[in-house]
Amino acid sequence: MKDRSLSSRSKSNFNRRDFLKGSGAAAAATALAGAPVAVEAADDTVRVFGPEAVKLTLHVNGAQHAVTVEPRTTLLEVLRYQLDLTGAKPVCGDGSSGASTVIIDDKPVTATSTLALQCEGKKIRTVESLGGERPDAVPAAFVEADAQQCGFCTPGFVVAVRAFLDKNPSATESQIREGLNGNLCRCGTYANVIQAALAVVKGGSRG
Amino acid sequence: MAEYKWPEQGSASLLGTTASRIDGPAKSTGAAKYSYDINVPGMLIARLLGCPHAHCRIKSIDTSAAEKVRGVVTARPLKEVGNEIRWQGDLLAVVAAENEGAAREGLAAVKVEYELLDVFVKDEDVEAAEAAGRTNDAGGNTKLENEPGDDVDDEEAWEDEEIARLLGESDVVVEGRYGIHAITHMCLEPHGSTCEWQDGKLTAHLSTQNVSGTAAQFAGPLEITADDVTVHCDYVGGGFGSKFAADSWGVVCAQIAKDTGRGVKLMLDRDLELKHAGNRPSGFIDVKIGADKDGVVKVWDSHHWGTNGPGPRPGTVSQGVIPYVFDPPNRRRRATGIATDTAPQRAWRAPNHPQACAITQTAYDDVAAKLGIDSYEVFKRNLPSVSNGKADVYAAEMEIAARLMDWKSKWHPHGKGGADGSVVTGLGMALHTWGGGGHASNCLLKIHPDGGVETFLGSQDLGTGTRTVIGMVVAETFGLPLAAVHVNIGSSKYPNSGPSGGSTTVGGVSESNRRAAQDALEQINAKVAEKLGVDASTLVAKEGRIAVAGDTDKSMSWADACSLLGMQPLEVQGSFNRGDQSPLSSSQVGGVQMAEVAVDRETGVVRMKKFVAVQDIGLIINRKTAASQIYGAAIMGIAYALFEERIMDAQTGAFVNAEIADYKLPRLGDVGEIVVEFYEPSSEYNRGVVGLGEPPVISPGAAISNAVSNALGVRVPVLPMTPKRVLDALQKARTA
Repeated sequence: MKDRSLSSRSKSNFNRRDFLKGSGAAAAATALAGAPVAVEAADDTVRVFGPEAVKLTLHVNGAQHAVTVEPRTTLLEVLRYQLDLTGAKPVCGDGSSGASTVIIDDKPVTATSTLALQCEGKKIRTVESLGGERPDAVPAAFVEADAQQCGFCTPGFVVAVRAFLDKNPSATESQIREGLNGNLCRCGTYANVIQAALAVVKGGSRG
Repeated sequence: MAEYKWPEQGSASLLGTTASRIDGPAKSTGAAKYSYDINVPGMLIARLLGCPHAHCRIKSIDTSAAEKVRGVVTARPLKEVGNEIRWQGDLLAVVAAENEGAAREGLAAVKVEYELLDVFVKDEDVEAAEAAGRTNDAGGNTKLENEPGDDVDDEEAWEDEEIARLLGESDVVVEGRYGIHAITHMCLEPHGSTCEWQDGKLTAHLSTQNVSGTAAQFAGPLEITADDVTVHCDYVGGGFGSKFAADSWGVVCAQIAKDTGRGVKLMLDRDLELKHAGNRPSGFIDVKIGADKDGVVKVWDSHHWGTNGPGPRPGTVSQGVIPYVFDPPNRRRRATGIATDTAPQRAWRAPNHPQACAITQTAYDDVAAKLGIDSYEVFKRNLPSVSNGKADVYAAEMEIAARLMDWKSKWHPHGKGGADGSVVTGLGMALHTWGGGGHASNCLLKIHPDGGVETFLGSQDLGTGTRTVIGMVVAETFGLPLAAVHVNIGSSKYPNSGPSGGSTTVGGVSESNRRAAQDALEQINAKVAEKLGVDASTLVAKEGRIAVAGDTDKSMSWADACSLLGMQPLEVQGSFNRGDQSPLSSSQVGGVQMAEVAVDRETGVVRMKKFVAVQDIGLIINRKTAASQIYGAAIMGIAYALFEERIMDAQTGAFVNAEIADYKLPRLGDVGEIVVEFYEPSSEYNRGVVGLGEPPVISPGAAISNAVSNALGVRVPVLPMTPKRVLDALQKARTA
């Protein structure tokens, strides 16, 4: 199976599967040094990786990237150190700040609590995909509403707002106040973030 | 030399407008590179081991097993056998490795033996601190209208009698204990750096609010000179007063980079960021306050205490700002510092002021509560005693704030409002003061013969919008659009500019850049005048042209004017020394804030309904980023009023909530409606620039506490007002 140090087994033979079906945070917590990690594949088999580093291909921002990861390597580490995509920020280890938010298969996920091994075959979008010559409506609205001060939480917030508005394109102010509590800002930009999100709703742009 | 001044009020084209920050797109799309984001080829990742014990002595420390972990390149102790540790999280060892996982595995292999020592962290308990021998006289001051007679031998006894007499003659006396716990800076980008060496020279990509002041801090311990160091910081992910230094671990990072010949990234882990890299002192106060029947305070007598770390001569909130802003005719204040086994404080946004406001303007509000008078009236009637001469400013700001809050129609006496089920609402207010004079700043301004404009200074953007402010000042002076000015900050190789602390940055960088730009324009105008055959004093720079005022026929485009410079760019240095009198900047502001809260008497949960901030700030350069500073300060205030505190375990001295998930902070849904209003009569413009970062973060604690007290009719005496503290206060009131 390509040039990887992994094996493939059916799920019935692997008793950690149910445990590992839990959140990325739980999986990350179990990724002990030197221990193999099992990842559930799309074909309902469970593959065991490690303990050696393995080569993977990750689909990030529309391109395939060859990366080398240990079982314990988080998606955030791969993005930041191997792909130099440093928009997602390392603020905490368990995702509770939301600063490492990326979109995986249309869902917001914190890259710091996601193992890189879990991401093969999935479509990963980082904040960098919202920039470029013609930036997405959400970062543009953050600039206009000045929804950023030091800016360290901002990329995670931008991605979270993008994902939220993709799901709730007509969100009201009260829905925005209820639905965007996964991201932490220390400078206190929340009032401006609310204005930015409302402006995107009003503009009707999905970016 | 030009006469330095701002454009006449009403004639500016950029100053006072709402400009989007020029680095905004970089910040919001992830393109902005913070120190944590700088990746050097072949870079090592270094991580630090924090001490698990609050007070201990190192019996042994061994990093040899860590060095054997696969991927670890070096492991080093940072403490020696016999060293005394005074707080949990002090740094014991460093491991540098090929990746994050190996560095952490290495840390786990470091072996340390400890001798445990006595622990004291109960900063709220001054009696226990005294019993433990942990207290220190942190000063005091007494001011009384009457003088002791010549026959008085014991002045202290006389003061006791005089204060007792004044209290006895007061129509109302309030006696209370108030407090506010220590909090941490919690910068989202932790302290640290990425360091690399080339040809014996160090580049430190340091997360700092002091770009110009940190090179020498690296150089000394590394035995090089400061010219061999470049400190670089394009973006800093929060500082709030805690990132002025290279810090010991910055030097460690540079040393490992030197020894290994590889770039090294060393950032604090989240728990160490909270335990080790900055906190704001706590403050608790016993106060007796005597007022007349109208609520005018005549006498204040207080003793307060708290901790700013382990000492050796520990302090608390400065006694010099007690009571806060108000300075009644008679007052006695004294302070006691408590040595705790906690990390030393670092400056936190408006040092001393938020705590002083929270523990004293609450007592003033309790005078209103006891007399059954509208709090607004009690604050207003005490304005003649404010210590900064700004009674008129406060009075005007109070009127504006009351209108925006709809205070008069919402007001009810303390505890006498209607309830919606178990939920009651209330109003509170507070007021503040701050200096905010500009820091020393130098810049180098270059005007190229093709019309290009760039400025260089060793400043930083703490989130203030420093680049944008600088760009607006230079563009305004030359009559150019903001985009025409290229602003370069973030390198210690640029002209020296002050650290960003104490609301000094916007004043400082505006001074240096306006001066340089005015001087440059004078030189360019001289050449234009000669070319056009006009008097240089008639020329104005506006809308991309230099023209004779009122005569558009006699004009020249900016680019044509610059071409008169010849082959070489014009370089002009701008300089400002802190404290210089200048029409461009000044200091001293007031500010009034009001809060409306809803409190659930069954759950103890306080919810923000509305918050109003009215602020005088002199000449406003960028209305958009200025407003953001106030929104942010209000939210940071809501944080320490209702959510955040450093929680120490009394037995072990462990900082038990030193992770993001446990250190409670408000989220987007917790802040309610926030209204920001500038107080800006024409006299404010004429004061020039005054810093804004600190003042609006001062009042929220007292204003929100007063609102909770107004809602419940019961004071929740200690911040943050968590549900437990609210319920405890209600329970205590019921059993009293």
